[in-house]
Amino acid sequence: MSVPALEVVDLSYHYPDGTEVLRNAGFHIHPGERVALLGPNGAGKTTLVFHLNGIFRPDSGSVIVAGLPLDDEHVKEIRRRVGIVFQDPDDQLFMPTVGQDVAFGPANYGVEGAELQTRVNDALSAVGMLDVAGRPPHHLSVGQRRRVAVATVLAMKPEIVVLDEPSSNLDPASRRELADILTSLDITMLMVTHDLPYALELCPRSLVMNEGSIIADGSTRQILSDRELMKANRLELPLGFDPNLTL
Amino acid sequence: MSGTHTHALFVHGHSHLHRLPASTKLGALGLFVLAVVLTPRESFWAFVVHAVLILSAMWLAGLKPGFVAKRLVIEIPFVLFALFLPFVAGGDKLDVLGLSLSIEGLWGGWNIVAKGTLGLAASIVLTATTTVPDLLSGLERLRVPRLITSIAGFMVRYLDVIAGEMHRMRLAMLSRGHDPRWIWQAKAYATSAGALFIRSYERGERVYYAMTARGFAGQMPTFDAERATATEWMGALLLPAVAWTAVAVAVLA
Repeated sequence: MSVPALEVVDLSYHYPDGTEVLRNAGFHIHPGERVALLGPNGAGKTTLVFHLNGIFRPDSGSVIVAGLPLDDEHVKEIRRRVGIVFQDPDDQLFMPTVGQDVAFGPANYGVEGAELQTRVNDALSAVGMLDVAGRPPHHLSVGQRRRVAVATVLAMKPEIVVLDEPSSNLDPASRRELADILTSLDITMLMVTHDLPYALELCPRSLVMNEGSIIADGSTRQILSDRELMKANRLELPLGFDPNLTL
Repeated sequence: MSGTHTHALFVHGHSHLHRLPASTKLGALGLFVLAVVLTPRESFWAFVVHAVLILSAMWLAGLKPGFVAKRLVIEIPFVLFALFLPFVAGGDKLDVLGLSLSIEGLWGGWNIVAKGTLGLAASIVLTATTTVPDLLSGLERLRVPRLITSIAGFMVRYLDVIAGEMHRMRLAMLSRGHDPRWIWQAKAYATSAGALFIRSYERGERVYYAMTARGFAGQMPTFDAERATATEWMGALLLPAVAWTAVAVAVLA
């Protein structure tokens, strides 16, 4: 098989106060896959996400992105390869205009001039937000901000995009628009979510995380149909939702 | 999400003044204010020249006098201070309607009000014709350190976010029976200010993570701001040039 786009091996981490957050977490994602990361609150999902580009460093274990190990030497390149879309777009969009925000990432990697402009235009076009390039982010709706947040990451041409709760706070129409955009992108994706129908729709494969470990790894439909597994990990489908009847 | 728009100061328009690059307008404002400050307080006619210059800029930008007047309200505390001066300053006195006013104080008060109003009105014209992102890139173009423009940019960006959080906290307090009309309930506000500070601090941390995640290593990237042409500079500097001429005549005369 090909070199995994992302490989996480035996990752363990505890907070300075001693709380264990990650316990031998391990999985790998191949290029082109779209994978959902499911789990209850406090399972360690967001902490895991922060390990994927070296914002947090593990006590033990390793992260390898497209063959490149995450260490001091490679951390900058790893941050280009792993694009994280944060849960709150207000955390992600901090520049005076949308265009400058999308340019921030590639500019940090020395892209400039006409190429930078092309990167910005391409990324904004991919999420259908090119017409707001000159506007300040706080004039956009939450749905638009979330799409721009995706563009800020796409502009860095990452190996893998990691989305933290992409459908949270979106109304049904914005949620649908975002799904259409995400499926139209030809990119490897890891999506942390509590929105199980969204996971089923967008990600053929899912990982279940609980108490800092990966408990299950398999087809999303199978995982959502496994009542024992779902119950043991505090996962619940919306009332009346049958994963085997949809799509 | 709701929230006030930060470009409350900006008035949409397509005038020549709107179209001038921000750097030239900032340069013109700086030089004009300097000229106003250096104008001898006795040269009333020079102040009239300055006022006419601002009025013509307002006319050029299509700004209504009422709009500028409303924004001048922010000056009131300083005006009050200036009104106070003739009563408290020492030196020779002048009797007006039975009031004993200090001549030095009258000049001092006039000086503050005239120069403050002119400077403020000029800034209002600038902010009404230039968006905040343009102002920031204009400042960068004028070689203001990037650290300063970045801090200003973050401030503008998060003012609405934090104001929104404050608004939600206020609504939460109201919903639970808090009635903020009474001064002795200020304690609730003091506590929520503390909570707001912690929340903003935590947001700062998350924003920093988001910046780091996109390769930030301590240096904000530069973006090419629009470069002003010689003609644009000349157009913008016409206004301070007239003001400086007036100052020169007033000082030399």
